[in-house]
Amino acid sequence: MPIVDQQMTKQTSPNSNPPVRKDFLAAKDFNFFYGKKQALYDINIEIPERQVTAFIGPSGCGKSTLLRNFNRMNELIEGVRHEGDIRLLGKSIYDKSVEVISLRRSIGMVFQKSNPFPKSIYENVVYGLRISGQSKKSTLDEAVERSLRGAALWEEVKDRLHESALGLSGGQMQRLCIARAIANRPKVLLMDEPCSALDPIATVKVEELIRELKKEFTIVIVTHNMQQATRCSDETAFFYLGKLIEFDRTQKIFSNPSEKQTEDYITGRFG
Amino acid sequence: MSAPTSQSNSLAHYKSGPDFFRLLCWLASAVTVLTLGWIIFKIVESAWPAIHKFGWDFLTSSAWLPNRERFGVFPFIVGTVVSSFVAILMAFPLGLAIAIFLSENFLPAPVRQVIRFVVEMLAAIPSVVYGLWGIFVVIPLSKSFADWMVSVFGGVPIFAGPAYGNSLFTASIVLAIMILPTITAISRNSLSSVPKTLREGAYALGSTRWEAILGVILPSAAPGIVAATILALGRAMGETMAVAMLIGNSSRLSWSIFSPAGTLAGLLANQFGEAQELQVNSLMYAALILIIITLFVNMIGEAVLRYTQHQTAGIR
Repeated sequence: MPIVDQQMTKQTSPNSNPPVRKDFLAAKDFNFFYGKKQALYDINIEIPERQVTAFIGPSGCGKSTLLRNFNRMNELIEGVRHEGDIRLLGKSIYDKSVEVISLRRSIGMVFQKSNPFPKSIYENVVYGLRISGQSKKSTLDEAVERSLRGAALWEEVKDRLHESALGLSGGQMQRLCIARAIANRPKVLLMDEPCSALDPIATVKVEELIRELKKEFTIVIVTHNMQQATRCSDETAFFYLGKLIEFDRTQKIFSNPSEKQTEDYITGRFG
Repeated sequence: MSAPTSQSNSLAHYKSGPDFFRLLCWLASAVTVLTLGWIIFKIVESAWPAIHKFGWDFLTSSAWLPNRERFGVFPFIVGTVVSSFVAILMAFPLGLAIAIFLSENFLPAPVRQVIRFVVEMLAAIPSVVYGLWGIFVVIPLSKSFADWMVSVFGGVPIFAGPAYGNSLFTASIVLAIMILPTITAISRNSLSSVPKTLREGAYALGSTRWEAILGVILPSAAPGIVAATILALGRAMGETMAVAMLIGNSSRLSWSIFSPAGTLAGLLANQFGEAQELQVNSLMYAALILIIITLFVNMIGEAVLRYTQHQTAGIR
């Protein structure tokens, strides 16, 4: 797989950023239940700072469930329950002093289907800032430009910021959702199959964007597309039937996995 | 080449003979359109002498004097429009609040189901029963409230006294209850059909529940809520029996909502029995005006609905 090697050499080159924290976001002995049905079993994982970590595995393996626990989105579902702990920068996200609202502000999320609000492009981007009480126009203007540039969308929409976001193309909408997520200046960016509804060209743009964004954000991406994992992730975790089977450098997972199940999956023997 | 041949043969088989289904559809559509046309034609025909005699003055005149053969429906037009709008003012906030309450998970699902059923049952109560209930329950209650309002805000023309039991205010209260299920049911539907992804998007950005509801869910459901309100307005304007029993059926124009008033529908219901000649023509003229008003309201509603739907088309 030459493409992997190319990618890896590029990514392992030393960068100027400060050293990364290895356990920026971590799950400890984490179990999760939808009612009586257990969806995750004893997950232990440490997600490194300012790297892209890909979650792969067949449908129903629990990768999205784990992702949605990082910002406690699963709590919106009735009858769910967890055991164990998830820590952001060493602090439990379930700690009583942690407000779920501020947790979600510091952990951005991008969804499978782009979900712009029925508002203008501008209002979409500043939504998070407005609900956290920011209303100074200069601050909002600055955040819109910064976020849209960060999401590689600024040049395409700068002349129609006040038009409805629903007039954008599918790829633009998804990048707008990324802009909206990073406008909050989160610590972590969670992406739940962000490209699965996009055409190949839009997919390439979002993948380029992901590689760009990791300079600033810690990114976790769930994907069904293994080429995508090799193209844009540094670390890859393989999940199967609610268990974390293997977690290693992406290059290692795709060239020389330690587990038989991982190998079977990435070579397309099942899943 | 045998396969295409057999296919065209089978198509030819379908084409042969008259298309009865198509014919039936045409017939059914034609009957509907013709019926509507016929109704309007007959109304215009029997209203014609009055239209000819009074012209536009019919709309602006306040005199309804059958003995002197002078007819004008201005007070009834005002009564129809104002009573409906007052009813909407009362029912909209309540209906929308119930709809939000029922579409979000404030309560366990079975409890919500029961409340929803009860609210929708309000629509099943016959109009005349609302009228009776209005006479025996709402009039005494609204009278004492109106007396209090008059004593406090009597200086404001719309709250001026004396307060009557049979009044525009009383009729509007009962109308509001009657249109509540329409507003609630349609608003609730459009609120619960707001895509899950939008709610999640709002929560993932750190919205509280109220921020998500007010900032994202309500705006996304706006087309349906607008539709609900317009439909309810249309229903309120056409409502006859309960209003005729409660509004007082006065042709005197008054600023105060605590005074008796009249509506077009109430006028028709009250006077058809003993009307003759020009009075019948005038009532038909009034009926025509009522149709035009409700048609107009529905058209505006449709236009607003289309516009707002267009605004939110991308999220569905």
